[in-house]
Formats: sequence, structure tokens, C-alpha cells
Amino acid sequence: MEPLQIYERLKERFGERVLETVEKKPDPFAVVDPGALVEICRYLCDGPELAMDCLSNETGVDYKDHIEVVYHLFSYRHRHGAVLKVKLPRENPQVATVEGVWKSANWMEREIFDLVGVNFEGHSDLRRILMPEDWPGHPLRKDFVEPQEYHGIATVRESPIVRLDRQKKK
Amino acid sequence: MQSWIDSLIAAGDFGKNPPRDLVYALFIFGLSAVVFLGVAFPFAGIVSWVERRVWARIQSRVGPNRVGPNGSLQWLADGLKHVFKEDIIPDEADARLFKLAPYVVVLGFVLPWAVMPFSSALILADLNVGILYFTAITALTVVGVLMAGWASDNKWSLIGGIRSAAQIVSYEIPAGMSIFPVVLITGTLSMQGIIRAQAWEPYHWFLFSNPFCFVAAIVLYMSALAEGNRTPFDLPEAESELVAGFATEYSGMRYLLFFFAEWGNMFIAGALITTLYLGGWQAPRLSSSPVVMNVLELLSFNVKVLFLVFTSMWVRATLPRVRIDQMMSLCWKFFVPVAFINLIGTALWVAIWPGGNPVAGYVMFALGLAIAVLFIRRVMYYLKRSRMEMYLHPTI
Amino acid sequence: MSGTAEQTLRAEEMTLNMGPQHPSTHGVLRFVIRADGEVLREAVPDVGYLHRSIEKIAEKVGYHGFMPYTDRVDYVCAMFTNQGWGMACEKLAGIEVPRRGEYCRVIAAEFNRIASHLLTVGVLGMDIGAMTPFLHALREREMINDLIEELCGARLTFNYMRIGGVAWDLPPGWREKALAYLEHLDPILDEYNALISYNKICIQRLANVAPISREDAINYNLAGPNLRACGVKWDVRKDLPYSVYPDFEFDVPIGHGQWGTLGDSMDRYMMRIYEMKESAKILRQALTRMPDGPVLAKVVRNFRPLAGECQVRVESARGDQGWYVVSDGSGYPWRVHVRTGSFAAMGIIQKLSRGLMIADLVVLIASLDVIAPEIDR
Repeated sequence: MEPLQIYERLKERFGERVLETVEKKPDPFAVVDPGALVEICRYLCDGPELAMDCLSNETGVDYKDHIEVVYHLFSYRHRHGAVLKVKLPRENPQVATVEGVWKSANWMEREIFDLVGVNFEGHSDLRRILMPEDWPGHPLRKDFVEPQEYHGIATVRESPIVRLDRQKKK
Repeated sequence: MQSWIDSLIAAGDFGKNPPRDLVYALFIFGLSAVVFLGVAFPFAGIVSWVERRVWARIQSRVGPNRVGPNGSLQWLADGLKHVFKEDIIPDEADARLFKLAPYVVVLGFVLPWAVMPFSSALILADLNVGILYFTAITALTVVGVLMAGWASDNKWSLIGGIRSAAQIVSYEIPAGMSIFPVVLITGTLSMQGIIRAQAWEPYHWFLFSNPFCFVAAIVLYMSALAEGNRTPFDLPEAESELVAGFATEYSGMRYLLFFFAEWGNMFIAGALITTLYLGGWQAPRLSSSPVVMNVLELLSFNVKVLFLVFTSMWVRATLPRVRIDQMMSLCWKFFVPVAFINLIGTALWVAIWPGGNPVAGYVMFALGLAIAVLFIRRVMYYLKRSRMEMYLHPTI
Repeated sequence: MSGTAEQTLRAEEMTLNMGPQHPSTHGVLRFVIRADGEVLREAVPDVGYLHRSIEKIAEKVGYHGFMPYTDRVDYVCAMFTNQGWGMACEKLAGIEVPRRGEYCRVIAAEFNRIASHLLTVGVLGMDIGAMTPFLHALREREMINDLIEELCGARLTFNYMRIGGVAWDLPPGWREKALAYLEHLDPILDEYNALISYNKICIQRLANVAPISREDAINYNLAGPNLRACGVKWDVRKDLPYSVYPDFEFDVPIGHGQWGTLGDSMDRYMMRIYEMKESAKILRQALTRMPDGPVLAKVVRNFRPLAGECQVRVESARGDQGWYVVSDGSGYPWRVHVRTGSFAAMGIIQKLSRGLMIADLVVLIASLDVIAPEIDR
């Protein structure tokens, strides 16, 4: 099944709660209501015609005015894929976890929490995964400013060329 | 020996009326120092160099070849390097046990040299319980390893130590049971006595004296591998699982002592099997001069032992390591029953043919030869199939 | 009496810290192990020691400039990350890669796959205590590294591909050398199998260890050889064909569980051996059928794809690599995300580790073929 057909089917089933479908090339996607996300995902995963048994990718994107969480779904039975998105406010973004539907969401949601700062309600183990536990901020936010030091360790260093220049001037 | 020292004392070489015990003690210490530094350590060191070269050949590498001709002094350089290194003792370690452990291990490796039958004359002490002494002393290693594992205050070390204890204690049983058949046949525990009961011809070795002995020798060899912590049974120091096992926290000289003991134990295990099953130092009587004969015997003994050492290197370079439960079940479910069957079988054999059965020796020897030929043919087959020119010109 | 026995023989759980400097955690991984003697209650992976924020770097260096950084995502098989990034950009901008360029990509990538699998099987051998197979495998890998060095000048981080093709054509005489190497590889693989794969101890150590069911594999999003070992016949090269893979005949080996259970460590291990043979098959066809022509399409230096987003999937040596790129029409990507096989494989270890032994955990990590840079990126 083509992605657009899948989105049509979703619209039939969930009506208003599928907010929009975008046919933009190369990858079309559907934006869904964050409140209905888990329900839609379960429908996609369990239904025999769609059988999206694999969440192949989940990631977050910061668009400056809002944050999107992107779900790349895939069906090994029917060999088709779909892209779902939820749009969240930038302040305190929250969305329900899909860990109950696909186990692979566990780690990917931890990564999004860590790097983009989306809170996943109901996640079993929402800790930072890549950054240190006490890291300030979320690095993949567009307004993230890297701290100058971390526990007394400088995170930036002077370019060796600049340093050489300075030494020459002295 | 004693009379010679007495004559020296009588000649006044130690002054007038020296304390006799002190002079004896002096000689004993001097002699053991010579054995320790002049025989045991160089043997272990050279075995380590040989092992690294053999490994390198098997793994298509070059191996150490810089220090001395063909790198043959590498062991000396490494040993010196380790001696000069800092001896680090972890803060939380039980310092006394930690320091003591390597020496206990080394003790288990040095003491067996006292009954090592190099030739008909070259033996320090031909104890009448030689073989018993031998097995008892080599088991000291486990105490040292367990001490090291416990005292390091490192969980990986502890697991290594416990593994080692479990392993060595378990494999002592099949190993001991595989020594008894020979004792049954010869009726003696003395190393020289056992060797004298054999002859230089292979079909007079105990290896071929009856089918049970043949199996017992193999069980003994494998148990010796396990007791010496050699692959496929090197679990106590399994570097991919336990970092370095019981030796994780050791450095410098103490670390070296552990590994000297390991390499030396290869030689000791080989000597045990050679003595029991491969005719020991027995050599053909080519000369009537005792000096020449002793040299021949020394050669014969060492060739056999080094062959066994080489085999264990070969095994180590070829096989992966077994898991702890597999190793234990191999011991208790297979080796122990087989060893008991060997013991009973040999007992029956001795009851039926008290003087031994020479025909069985010839038949078993022929069988062993056939197995060896089949094995060599298999190796040759693989050598031919792998394409040598690719190794010699890697860029083609 | 049982009560007193329990009191006197109270056994405590031991918390062990495996890594980040443990010899058999490939790269820098860390596991916090709760163990009862040798048997694990659970091993909790702790990753992130190699996090370099490659995705953030992409937002700052632009499309062309990011190519060398992709090498660092997975430095054992960097050709695939190169290819994935290149393909994502081409898909965004609608660039057609010349056929010879695609052939060069396939050849480089498949050689890299063999090299990567050789390392995997070798390291697995070393993790179960056999040193020799590791060095034999590295010797073969070294020859591939020599070939690739001639091709692109680097042995590990290749930076060979460009958006729109590859940087350089094959050097003169390279094709013959590559074909000669393939001639040499097949007997070597047989020898390797005889040395370790079919060794009784090796089979005992690997078979029935940490089997993954088909459903779990899909649910946990395993990819590549790990997925195929569980009996799922799925290969991006075959099922979502990209590049010139439709031109070639090759099989997709899957696990059958003939050594123990379906999807156990032995299946995962053998999958790598089979795949090397398939890669050699592809390489032979590609090297003999190479068309003539340019290898690099004309791509403007100031590369600005239209606003949009896409995901491309590349069959890397560690499985299905998904490059998700969002473009806002400027010269810098808005967001790059790479979904890697190791990240998914790492996620399943906690579940599989329950009830294994310490030695099995080492086998599990090695057979899933996780490498740290790909997890942490």
C-alpha cells in the first residue's frame, strides 16, 4: 500500500484526529493529534491490512516555533511504510509514549528526551541516554548554547592557529 | 652429596669445628637457588618465548624477534622490565595476602622440580612417594590463585579466583585417578621406579601397555591443561570475560611471577605425563659411559616434555574457551567416570596378566601410530588447500 | 532445616561494572550487571561514552562538509554511512548519479561489508577465547584495507563518496587486483569455517545462547544480519532496491536454527559468514560488468536542496541504516538523524541478558555486532 492510501484509511477511521496529510515530495507524511497518537499507532500496528509491526525510526525535530516528533513506521509483512508526525508546543512538550506498541520506542524516546527535550508520558525508563545525567539543556534544540565548561572541564578550546598568532605577537 | 660436604668440613674449608647443620643448610639453600634461578626460571622463560613464537607462526605473524638471535632473549628482557616496574598494591586490597599470593603460586611451581627425573642420575630427591608429593605440591597453586583473587578486592579477580578453585579442585580428581593405573602396574610411587618399569621402545611405554592406560593418559593430559589454566580451560584469567581474572590488579614483578608459574606449569605437567606414560628418560643404550648415557636420557626426557608443551601451545592457539558450566560437566559427567573405569579396567588387567601383556603393547602401539598418521594426513590436507602464495605476497 | 540453611548460606547479588574499559565491550560501552555468581540477573547497558553529537555537527557544516563526519558514525564500515548521506542528499535534490558512479559505490561498499564482517567474526572468535581466528580474519581484512587505500587513500575513514557519485574512479589495474582477491577469499572462508565456525567448542558456546524470536526482533527493530538470523527474509538491497543492486544476482541468507534455536548467537554468527560469500558474488558481477562513463554528477558547490524531508535506507553491515534529513532550503540541513543497527541491537540486550552467564553476555554483545560509535553517534 502506498503511504497516501494509508493516510486516507487513517482519515476514514479517525476523521478529525488526523490533522493533515502532506503530499510533499519526496516523503509524504501525516500529522496526527497528540492525544490520539497511541490509539492510531495501535490501530496501525495491530490491523491485519496495515500491520505496521516495526517502528523503524523515531526522532524529534525542533522547528523554532514548535517541536515535531517523527515516527517512521514499517510493515515487514506488507513491505510498506508510513510517516506520522505530532506537533508539540515548544514549552514543555509532552506526548504519550508508544513503548507499549513497539518496544524499540524505549531507547529512541530516551534519545529524543535527551537531545530534544520531549517528555514521554508513561515511559518506563525516561533517563538521559547519550549525554551525562546532569547536562544542562537539550543539545538538538535550536536555541541550545553550549556551556563553556562542564565540571571544570573546558568544552571549547582555542584554535591552535589563533594561539600561535598570539604567541608570535608576544 | 652429604659425604662430599662432610669431607669438605673435615678438610677445614669452613674453619675449625663449624656448626654442621648450618653448613648443610648453606648447601641446601645454595643448591635450591641454583635450581630455582638456573633451571626453573630459565625453563619457564624459554617456554614463554617458544610459546609466543609458536603462536605467531600459527597466527601468521612474526612474533618477538628482536632481542637476541631470533628473539630468544626476549623472556630475559621482559623479565627485567617487569622487575623494574612499580609494584602497585590497591588501597583497598588486603595487602599481606596480596603480596603473599604470587609466592604461594611460585612455590607450587618450584617445589616439584625436586623430584623431576631428568635422567637416571639427575634427580634431586628420588622420594619413595614421589608422584604423591608431585600432585600434592602442584595443587598449592590453587591456594595462591584464590588468595590473589580474594585479596585484590576486585570482583573480577574474585570471580577468577573462585573459578580457578572450582576448576582445579574438580580436575584434581580425574588427574589423580589417571595416575593410579600406572601405580597399580608398577607397584611404586617413586618417579624413578615408574620410569625404570618402562623401556625406551614406545611399545614398552605405559601409554600403550593396555587400552585403559591409553585413555587414562589422554584424560590426564586434558586435566593437566585444565589445572594449568590453559585454553580451552583458561577461565580463571579469561581476558575477554574477566579482564585478566585473578591477576587483574597485579603489576610488575608479582604479575610476572603468576605467569612464570603458568609457563613453568606447562613444563611440569608435561614432565608428569612423560614420566608416567611416555617412558620418562629412557633412552637406547648406545654407550656404556654413564655420562653419555645421562646426556642421552636428559635429551630423551626433554624432547618428550617439550613435545607435550608444544602440543599444549598448539591446542591453545587453536581452540576457543569453554564456558564454566560446560567445563564442570565435562569434568564430572565425563572425565571422572572415565577415569574410574580406567582404574578398574587396569586393576582387572593387572589381575589377569600380572607381568603385563607384551602383545597388547604392540597392538596398541600400532593403533597409536595409525591415529597419528591419520592426523598428520589431515593436517597436510589443510596445509595443501590453503594457498600459501597468498600469504607470501599479500598484495598479490 | 531449610530456613537455617538459607540463613547460613545467604547468597548476595553482586553488582558488577563491566566497562567502559572492559576488553570485550567493543569500543566504549558500559554494562551494570547484577549477577548471582556467574549467572546474570540483568545487564543494564549504559551508552553515550562516544557521543560526539554528529547530528548537531551536520547542522553547522553544510551538506558537502558533512561527508567526512559520516565516516565517524560507523568507522568499521564507513562506506555505508557515506553512501547513506549521499543518497539522502541526492533524493532531496533529485540528483541522478552516473551509472559508473553507482557501480563504484557498490564495489566499495561491498568490499567494506566483507571487511566489517571479517572483523565481527574475528572479534567474536576472540571473545570466546580463540585468538588465532581473529588474527587470520584481520589478515584478510588488511588486504581489503590495502585495496580500499588504493581506491580512496584511507584505510578506515574513507570519505570516498560525494553527493552525486564518488570522488575518484577506480585506479588502473585495481579491478584485476580486486578480482584476484575475491578468488582468494572463498577458500579462505572455507578454511576459516574449518578453523572455528564448525569447531565443537565454538558451536557449544554459541548455539542456544540468547535466542531472539522473530516477533521480538521486529518489535525491537533489529536490522540487517541480526534480523535475518531470526528468520526474517529482509534485505534492503533486495526489498527496497537502491543504487544498482537490482542488476545483481545474490541470495539473502536467513537463519534456520540448524545449530540450536532459531535466532541464537550461532545463527547470527553464521549470517556474517554467508553474507561475505554473497558480497563476493555481487562484487564479481559488479567488477566484470562495469559500464564506462563519469563517476560524479555535476553538483553545485553551493548545494541547496529544496525544502522538504526524506528518509533513505541503506543496508549497512550492521543493518538497515536510515538517514532522515530535513532541509529548509538553505545551505545547511535543518535536522539530520541516523537510525543505526547497533542502537537497536543495544536496546534488546537488557531483555536478553536475563539468565545468561557472564561468558554468554560477551558472546551476545559480539554476536549482535554492536559498535559504540554507531550507538552514540
